[in-house]
Amino acid sequence: MSQSKFGRYGGQYVPEALMPAIEELEDAYQRYVLENEEGFVDDFRARLRDFGGRPTPLQHAEALSARYDREVYLKREDLLHGGAHKLNNALGQALLAKYMGKERIIAETGAGQHGTATAMACAHLGLDCEIYMGERDINRQRPNVFRMRLNGAEVNPVTTGRGTLKEAISETMRDWATSVEDTHYVIGSVVGPHPFPRMVRDFQAVISEEARDQVIEKTGGLPDSVLACAGGGSNTMGAFHEFTGDDTDLYAVEAGGSSLEVDEEGGVAPNSASLSTGSEGVLHGARTKLLQDSDGQIMESHSVSSGLDYAGVGPELAHLVDEGRVTPVNVDDDGALESFHRLSQLEGIIPALETAHAFAFLEEEYEDLGEIVIVNVSGRGDKDLESVIEETAERDIEGAPDMDVFQGGL
Amino acid sequence: MSGSRIDEAFADGPAFIPYLAAGDPNIESTKEYVRALVRGGADIVELGLPFSEPIAEGSTIQNAIVRSLEGGMTPDAYFDLVEDLDIGVPVVCMTYYNLIYRYGEEEGPEPFVRRAAKVGIDGFVVPDLPAEEADPLREACDEYGLDLIFIVAPTTRGERLRRIMDRVSGYVYVQARLGTTGARTDVSDQTDTSLGRLDEWDVPKAVGFGISEREHAERIVTGGADGIIVGSALVDIVAEGDTDDGTVAERLERKARELKEGALAGGESRPQPERP
Ligand SMILES: Cc1ncc(COP(=O)(O)O)c(C=O)c1O
Repeated sequence: MSQSKFGRYGGQYVPEALMPAIEELEDAYQRYVLENEEGFVDDFRARLRDFGGRPTPLQHAEALSARYDREVYLKREDLLHGGAHKLNNALGQALLAKYMGKERIIAETGAGQHGTATAMACAHLGLDCEIYMGERDINRQRPNVFRMRLNGAEVNPVTTGRGTLKEAISETMRDWATSVEDTHYVIGSVVGPHPFPRMVRDFQAVISEEARDQVIEKTGGLPDSVLACAGGGSNTMGAFHEFTGDDTDLYAVEAGGSSLEVDEEGGVAPNSASLSTGSEGVLHGARTKLLQDSDGQIMESHSVSSGLDYAGVGPELAHLVDEGRVTPVNVDDDGALESFHRLSQLEGIIPALETAHAFAFLEEEYEDLGEIVIVNVSGRGDKDLESVIEETAERDIEGAPDMDVFQGGL
Repeated sequence: MSGSRIDEAFADGPAFIPYLAAGDPNIESTKEYVRALVRGGADIVELGLPFSEPIAEGSTIQNAIVRSLEGGMTPDAYFDLVEDLDIGVPVVCMTYYNLIYRYGEEEGPEPFVRRAAKVGIDGFVVPDLPAEEADPLREACDEYGLDLIFIVAPTTRGERLRRIMDRVSGYVYVQARLGTTGARTDVSDQTDTSLGRLDEWDVPKAVGFGISEREHAERIVTGGADGIIVGSALVDIVAEGDTDDGTVAERLERKARELKEGALAGGESRPQPERP
């Protein structure tokens, strides 16, 4: 049981119907992932390499290093197959499901990156795949919906609530409560009931395993700080895990949205900063930090980036924040959009809007981040182009390109 | 753990246990509807305190929860509602753990349970609280003399079943099928198997999930259940509103009577009553 908690956070708050499947998963996680039974871990690593393209580079960012007068390194998860860190976890869990003899995979997705990664992994492994995605996110992230369909996955729109990640997770849990005997739920972040937060972290920890070796090789030492955006927190925990025992500052950059104020009456928090502003509660299987009202009803969150738009966060991150090991910070929608354009122009890398939050924090606070800084580039921004054009048009953003070139029509 | 009001509700024959979402569509209507159900023969009333993320609920009850929350339902309003009810049958509060955990100034479930006991609530069903996480709530229930009802799913076996049955009081909620709540047109054949697994325990067994008709009630009680729990089929009536067939309250009362008769008929056709 103690395995199921991180300090006071975590646990297994799910309907009884799911508990036997969760116990089965705990057992499979122990045997295959932790003890490498049947060579699971070797198989997984080989597939991450050949199918996924690992290791990803740790790139020295010349323009950013000059701009901030320190050494900035980029961990290029955007170069992983699918364009985001999500494949590390999706491939791991889909493969585990196959070892467990499950035939069908379900998953939720926010930005569509996890759905895409899961659909790719299932096509690769020959598993049936159904993805739940909020209606609003389907419209915000259209290219990813096409990609999932191309890989043969069903995409089921979720229309309850605001139609974002929170509702998609609830709906996937309902499917699982019905289909649990032959289906595995590939949860997309370090959230949910034990063993998901621990297992997803282990699959994502490859990011910091590589980055730690790479930074030592390139600089001869450890970084002063590591920055990663945090929605549920899987790229975050992946980028932090191997550094938690070091003397490196770890910054989890949350979405400040349009404001950190909370509209208690309307049940809306126009941000997704659960580590920075949330309170303790129980959601989607775990005790963690949440955006909730004084009665304990979950708030509707907001972020310009679908992948950060969630009222909860992984229990391990909540614990590391309480312990003072991880510093939660946040930047708003405007800052993220500006950084999206800045990175595109200065480094020739179009980042995901989620990732852009980490760069916005670098822009704001670089002076306090030490000599060597690693930013985890959790994903690439192709999926965001439509919404970025729209959001940019509503704002006056320094350095943003002029889109007048499209005015002639077809 | 004997002698609670819930135990008594099972004492003379099979129990009919209706569920409604409190505050759907408003507090005054809920009081009227609950009284109608009691007139129709309810032995226990499960009253849902709406939570914004009801992961165990199908679309019927999800929609009821949305209507209730939009109508301004809160835990305090819920407690006031129950305090005003005065219906003479036990009330079971069905809700999700976050609302219990967050209530009041002190940490943990104790403030919620204390207040519940004060307004006359007799027990709890918490669909997202498996036995593994239930000890703090179980302790608070023991302190105030309330029952804690657990759900047993078709997938629950062996060691898990034992762990649950060690902690349950009042009745055990036998989930008739996998999935979420919602009215169905058939009786799941998982029901009899699930009831069979519970033979060795003499806690009353109430079956829920999908029951919507008199015949379902009869069959399930014939199969060995001590009670039937009906939610979505009643919530559907509330959602429809008044029709040519009668007001919501009239139709709820009629439906309740029908289901209760089904349960009683099932009780009579059993070889011998389990609890004379
Ligand atoms: C590129 C990218 N980064 C970050 C996230 C946020 O997820 P997490 O916090 O689990 O890393 C997402 C989620 O969709 C994403 O697509």
